Amino acid sequence: MSVAAEAPVAVAADARRAGDWLLVATAVLLCVWVLLPIYLLIVNALSSPDQVTAFPKRFFPSFDVGSLSFFINFAGVARALWNSVLVATLTMILSIGFGAPAGYALSRFDFPGKGTFRFLVLMTRAFPLPLLALPLAVMFIRTGLDDTAIGLALVHTTLALPFAVLITFSLFSGIPVELEEAAWTLGCTRWQAFRKVILPLALPGVAASAVFAFTISWNEVFAAAVLTIENRTLTAFLLQSLGESPLYLKFAGGAALVVPALIFIFAVRKYLFAMWGIANR
Amino acid sequence: MAEIAIKGVAKRFGGFTALHQVDLAIADQEFMVLLGASGCGKTTLLRIVAGLETPSQGEVWIGGRRVDHLPPRERGIAMVFQNYAVFPHLTVFENIAFGLRMKKLPQQEVERRVNRTAELMHIEQLLKRYSGQLSGGQRQRVAVARALAVEPDVILMDEPLSNLDALLRLEMRAELKGVLAASKTTTIYVTHDQVEAMSLADRIAVMHQGRIVQAASPVEVYRDPAARFVGSFIGNPPMNFLPASKAANGGWSVAGLTLPGPRSERQNIEFAIRPEDVDAGDDGLQATVRVIEPLGPHTLVTCDVEGGLFRAVLDSGATVAVGDRLRLAPKPDRIRWFDPETTNAL
Repeated sequence: MSVAAEAPVAVAADARRAGDWLLVATAVLLCVWVLLPIYLLIVNALSSPDQVTAFPKRFFPSFDVGSLSFFINFAGVARALWNSVLVATLTMILSIGFGAPAGYALSRFDFPGKGTFRFLVLMTRAFPLPLLALPLAVMFIRTGLDDTAIGLALVHTTLALPFAVLITFSLFSGIPVELEEAAWTLGCTRWQAFRKVILPLALPGVAASAVFAFTISWNEVFAAAVLTIENRTLTAFLLQSLGESPLYLKFAGGAALVVPALIFIFAVRKYLFAMWGIANR
Repeated sequence: MAEIAIKGVAKRFGGFTALHQVDLAIADQEFMVLLGASGCGKTTLLRIVAGLETPSQGEVWIGGRRVDHLPPRERGIAMVFQNYAVFPHLTVFENIAFGLRMKKLPQQEVERRVNRTAELMHIEQLLKRYSGQLSGGQRQRVAVARALAVEPDVILMDEPLSNLDALLRLEMRAELKGVLAASKTTTIYVTHDQVEAMSLADRIAVMHQGRIVQAASPVEVYRDPAARFVGSFIGNPPMNFLPASKAANGGWSVAGLTLPGPRSERQNIEFAIRPEDVDAGDDGLQATVRVIEPLGPHTLVTCDVEGGLFRAVLDSGATVAVGDRLRLAPKPDRIRWFDPETTNAL
């Protein structure tokens, strides 16, 4: 083999190695981009108030719960936390209550406009909430829904519903229709077959979809800030009061919001992938 | 008593007609096989009998009762699916017991029947397992046991063996035949595998493009195909066809040979013979050997007869070489004739 022939091979190998490096570097950069703020948030939340304001900054937590306990005892936090849980729970119930039947219908029946329906479900996410906020607020005040948990839960349900529909759709599609048919031939009505065969198989996924709806509501701040005054959720409360509060309180509040959401999403991650058809179950 | 009558059943999916006015009568305890290539409507017909599909028109009767308006659970049927459809969240025991529990039978009776059918299908050691811990063959046994346990009037099977590997399929086939004969249940069995159909059936209904072309015993379907399609579909290798034209003496001239044949108005009809029904000798169809395939018990020879393909099954002792000119004499009582227009047997 001549030298001339070897040179391009070596160049190609170099290029490939460089490409690998670029890929790894990009991945690391993206991870740092996402993880570093969360890390700093947790470090500071787990440090005492003095340490948070001191300089130089710490990169390891001292596991001092001073900031957190101050935050928990901060006036209004407990109430806001309760509101958040209440609204998120209502959102979860409503989203699954409406979303799971829609997902089932999409996976099992052929009906005119099915494709359009799926598209429209997704399109609701493209509609900017700020545009709706004012008319919604006016309407809520007229109907007496303003500043109530159920009112806010309704808005959060419209945000969470598309995901509930798509996740349960992929979930039910992953369960062979023959299982249902077998149950029918063995003496089940449609409802019995669903309850005895489909529901037990879909339950973990439906639960995951519920947790995701809960998280969407938990994280939502805009509608919460606009539509509630007295009964603020934690996000709206923090947005309002943390502006003028000390740094360590901000960190503790941020951690209180982010950590539960992260845990929830982590728990249901495989079902979120399934939503996009990457993996079925 | 559970005879089945299918009267004028048609099924249309939008503009596509899956079944054209199908009529079929199945006797009590008969093993009927619906045989056809994929897309011929055999599974649709089975699902209509099961109640999983609604016919566009026509009637279905099971045991003297009209059932086409009834849901599957009220038809006295049980079904075995191609992909087994064993419930993954239940143990094998609970799978087999599923239909019995729906009937609200007492626990003692449920246990008795589950144990009996499990024994019948040789899966009594698997009762505590889940579907995920079973092999394909074992799942199929569970599916059959589950269907048998409810003691249905009719068992419907949709290609139950097609997901099994070849050896297992052979074993299960013989076993199924024994079990179903002993259970005295009327059976409709859908398959695209002609060997399966021949070996299992009391009668085979050959389906093609949404119609039943012939419904007869396996031997009759093989020996006396009612239509050209049946001859060309059943048999491996399939029937040979050659054009025949009217000869002067009232016979038919086939590749230079004049044979006595049916009366027909037509000038040209089709001659047909099974590959094993020809003898190599001094007289007969002139054939040039193209390919020789020694298969062990016999030798398959592909020849050229008047520019068309012609297969002959010869004795394994026959000494032939590519390029040889053979004389293939068709056995007179095995010759069949088809009308080229209607494709029906003459």
